[in-house]
Amino acid sequence: MSGRLGDIWVYLAASPLLGLTMTLLVYQGAVWLSRRCNNHPLANPVLIAVAALVALLSITNTPYQKYFDGAQFVHFLLGPATVALAIPLYAQFGRLKRMLAPLLIALLAGSVTAAASAVIVGRLLGASDATLYSLAPKSVTTPIAMGIAEQVGGLPSLTAVLVILTGILGAVGAQALYALLRIEDPAVRGFALGVASHGIGTARAFQLGEQTGAFSALAMGLNGLLTAVLLPVALPTLMRLLG
Amino acid sequence: MLRGITLLLLFQLAGEVISRLFALPVPGPVIGMALLFAALAWRGGTDEGLRSTAANLLQHLSLLFVPAGVGVMLHLHRIASEWRPIVAALVVSTFLTITVTGLVLRALHVHEDPQS
Repeated sequence: MSGRLGDIWVYLAASPLLGLTMTLLVYQGAVWLSRRCNNHPLANPVLIAVAALVALLSITNTPYQKYFDGAQFVHFLLGPATVALAIPLYAQFGRLKRMLAPLLIALLAGSVTAAASAVIVGRLLGASDATLYSLAPKSVTTPIAMGIAEQVGGLPSLTAVLVILTGILGAVGAQALYALLRIEDPAVRGFALGVASHGIGTARAFQLGEQTGAFSALAMGLNGLLTAVLLPVALPTLMRLLG
Repeated sequence: MLRGITLLLLFQLAGEVISRLFALPVPGPVIGMALLFAALAWRGGTDEGLRSTAANLLQHLSLLFVPAGVGVMLHLHRIASEWRPIVAALVVSTFLTITVTGLVLRALHVHEDPQS
């Protein structure tokens, strides 16, 4: 009996079905838990799901690559989902046009802060070069950040992880920070969260409201564009200055 | 649903082609988003099919980050040995970025648009 179960396990572990099903199940469990906690920012569904899946894979001795063979179907949807962000964005077109100049200035300030502060703090505390190059693009959405990391000499897969940790941090801490700074305008809240914490921040922003979400989506897109253009040029100079 | 997802994929595809054709540093989906935004602005609106597909997809946006997030297990060793600079850099940078962006935007925005 246990031999047959063993055979079934070997078969399932090799097929994409298991990784995909596990991702969906664990994520829905994480969402359920997050709702039970009244969407408390600390009960972030990505955080819970990632922790649970890493634990599951470690216990069952499943390599990440095996898991990703199945999970890639979910990962793939990041592309069309990014395109889909144009729709909530368009709904804010009127406000966006009125605020264009302030938005662009705030974007530039935020984008430079995100990359420079990460690299400077990391360097001061003794991070290795590969880690610093992987840290620099961590505030932009995963596919862009991985592309930039590759270009500047970081490790794309490490960058993907740092991007997600950054997203979770922003999603978890944003509300407390808004309260502290007395930032109340949903547009300002969303935009700041989107610049700092890309798609995961945007997912959190949509929980806070439609307008917050739309401005977060805008910030995420714009910061992706700006960082992709700016970082490959500016990062070598910053690294030289830091020695 | 089918029409909606096809449209999204078509815009993503167009984005990929443009990104590669002109060797742009910006990935296809982001260009696809810009193209779709331009198309909506030009047409003056969204249709129901596309709107509901997008809403469905974005409702579960968090889910889409999970597979890449689980990749943390590949880097546990590096993260364990450099956890101090990594954690400090992420925490300081994330909260500083929200603060700087939020304060700059609020300062400029109140100035330009006092009635809102």
